[in-house]
Amino acid sequence: MGNRLGAQSMRFPGRPRIYSTASIVGPKEGEGPLGGEFDQVLPDYLADQKTAEQAERQYLELAVKLAADKAHLTVDDLDLFLAGDLLNQIVSASFTARTVGRPFIGLYSACATSAAGLGLAAALVEGGFAGKVLTAASSHYQTAERQYRYPIEFNIQRKPTSQWTVTGAGAFVVGRGTMGPAITEATFGRVLDLGCKDPNDLGSAMAPAAFDTIQQHLADTNRQPAEYDLILTGDLSRVGTTMLYELCRQGNLDLTGRHQDAGVLIYGAEQGSNAGGSGCACSAVTLAGPIFRRLQAGELQRVMLVATGALFSPLSYQQGDSIPGVAQAVTIERA
Amino acid sequence: MGGRIVGSYLAAFLIGGVICVVGQLILEYTKYTPAHVIVGFTVAGAILSGLGLYEPLLKFAGGGALIPVSGFGNAVTTGIVTEAQRSGWIGLFTGAFEITGLGVTAAVLFGFLAALVAAPRNS
Repeated sequence: MGNRLGAQSMRFPGRPRIYSTASIVGPKEGEGPLGGEFDQVLPDYLADQKTAEQAERQYLELAVKLAADKAHLTVDDLDLFLAGDLLNQIVSASFTARTVGRPFIGLYSACATSAAGLGLAAALVEGGFAGKVLTAASSHYQTAERQYRYPIEFNIQRKPTSQWTVTGAGAFVVGRGTMGPAITEATFGRVLDLGCKDPNDLGSAMAPAAFDTIQQHLADTNRQPAEYDLILTGDLSRVGTTMLYELCRQGNLDLTGRHQDAGVLIYGAEQGSNAGGSGCACSAVTLAGPIFRRLQAGELQRVMLVATGALFSPLSYQQGDSIPGVAQAVTIERA
Repeated sequence: MGGRIVGSYLAAFLIGGVICVVGQLILEYTKYTPAHVIVGFTVAGAILSGLGLYEPLLKFAGGGALIPVSGFGNAVTTGIVTEAQRSGWIGLFTGAFEITGLGVTAAVLFGFLAALVAAPRNS
């Protein structure tokens, strides 16, 4: 139990490295404020595929290949592929794993999948169970709308609290070594449910989980928020961020100047995303693109990624069940 | 005469606008979704029609009360009442489609035709 840290965290003294990342996004994300910092902006939501579901797989496959390429590896060099997405039976990840052809574990932690994957990859590398792990997550606006709300053909009016699912995929190669930013800790979150029932306001459903995981991570690591250059939540959006700050105020936790939300960063105010971005890809591409660049450039020394997920299904909310939230955190340090 | 026409445009604009504002307020300030609003307005139109309140509104506002989906609810109730008066209780079942059949068939037909030639985009 030497690497157990506090009540909910683990530490990785072997400093598993992120060899490389890949971030592939759709046109709307490309037009956003972070557009220039992603590896690739595809001009087409359908990525030359017949359906949006196939397109999401295409985005994920491209990200996986690019991440491996950038680490000067082929997919055959990978010991394990960890991936997840939002679709039923996580088909985007599973079908991509069919192409990758390496041992695969499908992950589901809703939009918190990116951090769950990074934490697990780091643990497996730290423990010597895998040398090189590729972890990835994807989401797609059209597939998420079809599954969780209405097909885009229905052209429904979006609510002010609604978030816009990020179209894209982020991938990370994690392994032993001395080069690249290191994953030093992980805090896997508890599932919290404060009774939110509105599937058009997921930010509020996830904010309590984000607060809980951040607080637990700081307690376990015995750090203050100021010891992080950035605490990046996944997709609380503007509505959820407001709620997180309120929870922080009540809990005497001061995130001032340290916290950003990927869902707020990824779209400009004029892009009509309403409350902001969401989806597995939201935190994945923001970390893999702009944040990773800043870590490599030394502009950021220590980052806490707190990816947030709303763990509901279309059936569960239609039957009147409330929406549980979870937040998964990893610490990433520059070299 | 010209004044009456301008007045009816104004009434249509105001009543139609008020109905839409109510829908928008529901979307902005409640948990209800567009689906709730559509169904709710249809039912509200049907109930108001049954109480004899929608007909005067139609007379006053014309298209302003006809075009929103509450006008469709009114048409369903009016159809049922008219048919029931003409052919007895069987009219309760046939009446709903008597007047609204045109609108429903047109929606299905034009929806189908549009789907043949157009593909959806992100909206």
